Amino acid sequence: MKKLILHIILIFIAVITLIPFIWMISASFMFDGHASVFPPRFIPDQFTLIQYERLLERLSIARNFLNSLILSILVTFISLTFNSMAGYAFAKYKFKGKDKLFNLLISSMVIPAQVTMLPLFLMLKWMGFINTYMAIIIPGLANIFGIFLIRQYCISIPDSLIEAARIDGASDFLIYKKIILPLLTPVLATLAIFTFLGTWNDFLWPLIVMTDDSMYTLPVALANLMLEHTKDPELMMAGSVVTILPVIIVFLALQKYYMKGIMMGSVKE
Amino acid sequence: MIMFFSAIKKIFLYISFVIIFGCSNRQSDVIEIKFWAMGSEAEQVSKILPEFEKRNPNIKVKVQQIPWTAAQEKLITAFASDNTPDICQLGNTWIPQFSSLNAIVDLTGFVKKSSVVKPEYFFPGVWETNIINNQIFGIPWYVDTRLMFYRKDVFERAGFNQPPKNWDELYLLCKKVKELDKGAEKYPIFIPTNEWNSFIIFGLQARAKLLKEKDTRGNFSSKEFKEAFDYLIRFHKEKLTPFGMMQVTNVYQAMAEEYISIYLSGPWNIPEFKKWMTGNLADKWATAPMPGHKNEYPGLSLAGGSSLVIFRNSKHKDECWKLIEFLSEPQIQLKVYDVTNNLPSVIEAWKDSSLANDIYMKAFYQQLQNVISAPKIPEWEQIVFSKLQQYAEFAARGVMTTEEALKKLDEDTDRILEKRRWMTFRAK
Amino acid sequence: MKSNSKIALLFLAPAISAILIFFFIPVIAAFVISFTDFDIYTLGDFSTLRFIGFDNYIKLLSDELFWTALKNTFYFVVVAGPLSIAVSLSAALLLNSKLTKFKSLFRLAYFLPVVTTLVAVAIVWRFIYHPNFGILNFFLGLIGINPIDWLGDPFWAMPSIIILAVWKNFGYNMIIFIAGLQNIPEELYEAADIEGANAFQKFRFITLPMLAPTTILVSIITMIGYFQLFAEPYVMTQGGPLNKTLSIVQYMYQEGFRWWNMGYSASIAFVLFIIIFIGTIIQFRIQKFNK
Repeated sequence: MKKLILHIILIFIAVITLIPFIWMISASFMFDGHASVFPPRFIPDQFTLIQYERLLERLSIARNFLNSLILSILVTFISLTFNSMAGYAFAKYKFKGKDKLFNLLISSMVIPAQVTMLPLFLMLKWMGFINTYMAIIIPGLANIFGIFLIRQYCISIPDSLIEAARIDGASDFLIYKKIILPLLTPVLATLAIFTFLGTWNDFLWPLIVMTDDSMYTLPVALANLMLEHTKDPELMMAGSVVTILPVIIVFLALQKYYMKGIMMGSVKE
Repeated sequence: MIMFFSAIKKIFLYISFVIIFGCSNRQSDVIEIKFWAMGSEAEQVSKILPEFEKRNPNIKVKVQQIPWTAAQEKLITAFASDNTPDICQLGNTWIPQFSSLNAIVDLTGFVKKSSVVKPEYFFPGVWETNIINNQIFGIPWYVDTRLMFYRKDVFERAGFNQPPKNWDELYLLCKKVKELDKGAEKYPIFIPTNEWNSFIIFGLQARAKLLKEKDTRGNFSSKEFKEAFDYLIRFHKEKLTPFGMMQVTNVYQAMAEEYISIYLSGPWNIPEFKKWMTGNLADKWATAPMPGHKNEYPGLSLAGGSSLVIFRNSKHKDECWKLIEFLSEPQIQLKVYDVTNNLPSVIEAWKDSSLANDIYMKAFYQQLQNVISAPKIPEWEQIVFSKLQQYAEFAARGVMTTEEALKKLDEDTDRILEKRRWMTFRAK
Repeated sequence: MKSNSKIALLFLAPAISAILIFFFIPVIAAFVISFTDFDIYTLGDFSTLRFIGFDNYIKLLSDELFWTALKNTFYFVVVAGPLSIAVSLSAALLLNSKLTKFKSLFRLAYFLPVVTTLVAVAIVWRFIYHPNFGILNFFLGLIGINPIDWLGDPFWAMPSIIILAVWKNFGYNMIIFIAGLQNIPEELYEAADIEGANAFQKFRFITLPMLAPTTILVSIITMIGYFQLFAEPYVMTQGGPLNKTLSIVQYMYQEGFRWWNMGYSASIAFVLFIIIFIGTIIQFRIQKFNK
């Protein structure tokens, strides 16, 4: 009985989270105007691919997809490397001013990123990076939240492990690479997927720094189209499906590592 | 996790490879000019350009599409980062901004020597929007203006066989239409508060001077503007127009369902109306010029549309001018009209049968002879988009009286224009 | 713990220098700009830049739109913050229950809104909220509630944004909570079982205290994130109706990137910064006090 109620609640929440997607997909297969009816249709009365044909007619999706993919992977890889090194140092080393530096970083987490937009923009312009991949990579190089998260995890790693390795003559970098990184797997995986998806979904910054359409990321390219067609709900739904679909595929593909990360995180020390 | 990292490493290497070898440049004896266009124009204009490239084999035009809604941010950031295109399509209310940024060049020299681009070839009201301090900063590419789209059959049922000619008739008509279907949730006219244009158009019709003191202070509390503002807000107060924008997600559908019967808007709606008003609705809609304030008909409307400008940073200004001349030829203008539905800016093109015989275009041709430019200051868009629309909404919802709303609007306008005042009067 | 500054600095150098150059320096630059009237004229001709002291900040105090934005943002943070944390925690508890089958499937479903692109999702929700054809009013109609003009009605616009935000974000915190829950040693619950504690007692005396660090983390992230509310109203309502959904960041963006009043925009950003800073301190204090 308890089990039944639990599952009813679970299914109810799942329905709420999924219904917008179901409706979106369904409406994307409808002819113009067929989604604007009452009561709403959850299944197209006449199935059509016309909205998708209209979408494909005018987009260089492949190029934009590649931009998004390259950038998301680069940012994830670089920021994970930088963040894990810094997080490890904050957790396992003593040095002068450590607490002050860490507190400064943590308190600066409250500075909204939007504050830096214009100066950063002018700076990147001065460096000649506007309209290049660097313009998106640079602000993502390191991330205070990432450092914080890794440090929190790192603290729970017993010092004895590190000391044992040190006695065996391992260098600091080797310890980081061979002992710390594998132990950090759960948090790295979590952080990786968040960074990846965050970069993938980012809209405002790529819109500002990428001036050529060949450099647009997928969401910007599709938003371009959608901004032109706000009065076509069915076309917009098809656009939304195309925007969201790659994200879901990437998520499902990486989900294995992601879930593994969570599971490993639950192993008791 | 190690697997994860090694997989990532492989991808990383592959990507570096793509970046290094994927971005090679092609040969450079052909001059490439970058042409930024907005929205669907960008998609469509590419179909016209092969002819230009055939005539000028040494020029290649690279077109880029910019979405309308983000275009302004995009262009200014491009300017700030020295990434401007060579030639660009600008909405004509943006010309003041880009000329005060010193981003675009004076085309007077080009125009004087040209046999294709002459001021008298264009609609005077539209041409005027491109002139700032006697310098020509843009050449009209296509024009638009707002007029009345309406349901003929609804008008007839309300006892009007002709579209209204002045304000009083328009109001009377709306009252009649509202009475037609008692109880049904229907509205005679759609005057959204998030479209500033109607407010300015009616203000200009009432001969309001929108700004004062060399365009450095707001003048919206003037008797003339208040009359126009009151007039429009009354439609909201008396439920003759639906509230807000969310009620009407699709104007065309609303029109087809008689949810609304009049919409004051521009030529970009025509293809959509044709798409939605099919079957026995096909001949139930029409276009008419704006009603006038009192006796003048047609009433004034705003000179809209897009102009072509050349950016200061361009190294190929002569080639850009060639493209502008090409796009100003009447037969090319007609081709652009064909693929984009944007109305030609060159009067000659309107003599072609495709336009002269079009029943919906007649009103536009008439209206375009009666257009006038909005104040040409860089802050104009900020004033109308962020302030006028806001206070119109406040007044429409009855949160403020029209007097209060206009007083606040003037205050906010004065605040926005503070820098302009300083710059205008410091030299003296 | 090893004390070796040199090696520590080597580990820190890449991340810290990146943050210094591409975050702290721009922040300082923005701070300086907030004391100028940097605007579109300045962009064209730098000689028109004026240092105006605290004028931008003084102007803010009498700017009604700023106060509206501030009020709206607080409304959003105070309602959506606790709500989304409560939903996240409940979902995490349900998913973490031993009785639950198909855990990963449910987790996937709940997490899906988090990963999807906001611009696309907001377009879908705009239509869900449609007064005539939207599915929300359709379902409410089934249980006898009259149609609501969600995004058009000044009263309902912010609740609509809040619903979207909670729907979109709760999966994120849920994952952090699940990780936290799984780190609670099983022995504690076993011991409690032996002592005959009921489910609520176990939740109150084991789960909650053990989750305290996670909760601090989650509530601070959520608060900071929610104070920066931007994309949802930007896509859904553009701040309307009657400015009821205009947020501080949106106002800042409008002034800065739409109208290029960079000086004024920067001063708004710093006021927001101060508010978030105070909020964070208060949360830390509350947590400490509770202990």
